[in-house]
Amino acid sequence: MFKKRIIAVLILKGGRIVQSVGFRRYLPVGTIEVCAQSLNRWGIDEIILLDIEATSQGRKPDLNAVRALSRNCFVPITAGGGISDLNDITRAIHSGADKICINRAALDRPELIREGAKAFGKQCLVVAMDVFRGVNGKTEVMTGNGRAGTGKDPVRWAKEAEECGAGELLVQAVHRDGAKQGYDVALLKEIAQAVSIPVIGLGGAGHPAHFLEAFTQTEICAAAAGNYFHFTEHSPVVTKAYLAQHGVNVRMDTENTYAEASFDEQGRVAKYPSEYLQRLRFIKVHEEKL
Amino acid sequence: MKRRIVIIDYEVGNHQSVINALEALHYDFLVSCKAADILAADAFILPGVGAFHEAMRNLKSRGLISLLGHEVLEKRKPILGICVGMQVLAGSSTEDGFHQGLGWIPGKVVKLQETRSRKVPHVGWSDLEIVKPGPLFRGMRERANFYFDHSYNFECGREFVAANCRDDSMITAAVQKDHIFGLQFHPEKSQIAGLKVLRNYLQFARDYNARRAVPADV
Repeated sequence: MFKKRIIAVLILKGGRIVQSVGFRRYLPVGTIEVCAQSLNRWGIDEIILLDIEATSQGRKPDLNAVRALSRNCFVPITAGGGISDLNDITRAIHSGADKICINRAALDRPELIREGAKAFGKQCLVVAMDVFRGVNGKTEVMTGNGRAGTGKDPVRWAKEAEECGAGELLVQAVHRDGAKQGYDVALLKEIAQAVSIPVIGLGGAGHPAHFLEAFTQTEICAAAAGNYFHFTEHSPVVTKAYLAQHGVNVRMDTENTYAEASFDEQGRVAKYPSEYLQRLRFIKVHEEKL
Repeated sequence: MKRRIVIIDYEVGNHQSVINALEALHYDFLVSCKAADILAADAFILPGVGAFHEAMRNLKSRGLISLLGHEVLEKRKPILGICVGMQVLAGSSTEDGFHQGLGWIPGKVVKLQETRSRKVPHVGWSDLEIVKPGPLFRGMRERANFYFDHSYNFECGREFVAANCRDDSMITAAVQKDHIFGLQFHPEKSQIAGLKVLRNYLQFARDYNARRAVPADV
């Protein structure tokens, strides 16, 4: 079995990384460099950078942000936001993105997926979709920063994107954004079953158990989160430690794997028993330097 | 003698990541497709994100096939292909029709078949079953992980396989034939483990060239 991936989403607004709540409220986090360096050290598997203002402001993607990100981490980078033609894709990749993520442009012109896949291989194209689940339980693909409905059915659109040559799907539940209530498992399950390409779930993570729930109940290959990683130190590796303890296959490459950690109700690392701390005094771990 | 490492610029690679990686390792290098630079180089890195035929077409249109061929095969300069840069080392590929490769390592590139546990494209981290520990995987930590992102697989004779994917032994992770290396995973995207592989390659290139005592300017 392949390893499940834990992905961080960095949302770029006004040149800063922000948290997003319900696609409406935004809270500042910090510079892109600091976020990238921290995530890189804390064992994140991938980073997705979303420039959420590019499309609505009608401008091109912020390539300097992509460059800054790629200089500060050695994990795969997906760049999204404002990519509307093949030229944008090419420029984003030459700026250090490994994959690019298209949302609006794919809805407007699915041909772009095909063109991008032809030029850079389909593994390079991630199609993002914002999905809203209404009070009646019906789901719909949204556009315009999650504000306007398209009338498209998420599963149908997922299949269409796959046929056009998408390499991965990033499925974001708009109604769960920043809600810390867990992923929309039903939605992810439905889409991951309908397509054979990898699906990345996004929206709603607030506890390591939410990742576990998504991985055990659906066939998604990766779970992404934005705000979730900003609150505690080492959040990616702590999340992975929790998942590993529950039998999920994840990559553990950091020096501290939190293998013996236990977790409290909020999913934070609980205080270690004193025997463990005593033992710890005699272990010296040298930082791996190159 | 200053080492000259040339990252081949052929417009399909994600050079920036490889550049960042070599900068982090404090190596001097050039990004170029000019004949003069290639003739003066000591070692090559052929990066790659992209489709096979696009990569071959771009190599061809820049006159790189015969130029690099002469430098690598005749003058025996080391080369490291990454991802598509590795796949073009094969004789052929069936990505989008049938396409001829460079043929420097006997083998063929074929589509990964989907199975119950394998989604295609194969995206994600995997540790390796290392067949040839040296020189690429020297000093590697047990169970180091590397990042893969591909839909096609390099099939070749066992004598050329340097490592397989541990999660899926059908997937060739690294190939080697003498001084010609290929990595299916992205070392520039695989954190410290990946940087180590790159450094191992560059150290190999230095030692290999020193052993052969390549004249400074030919």
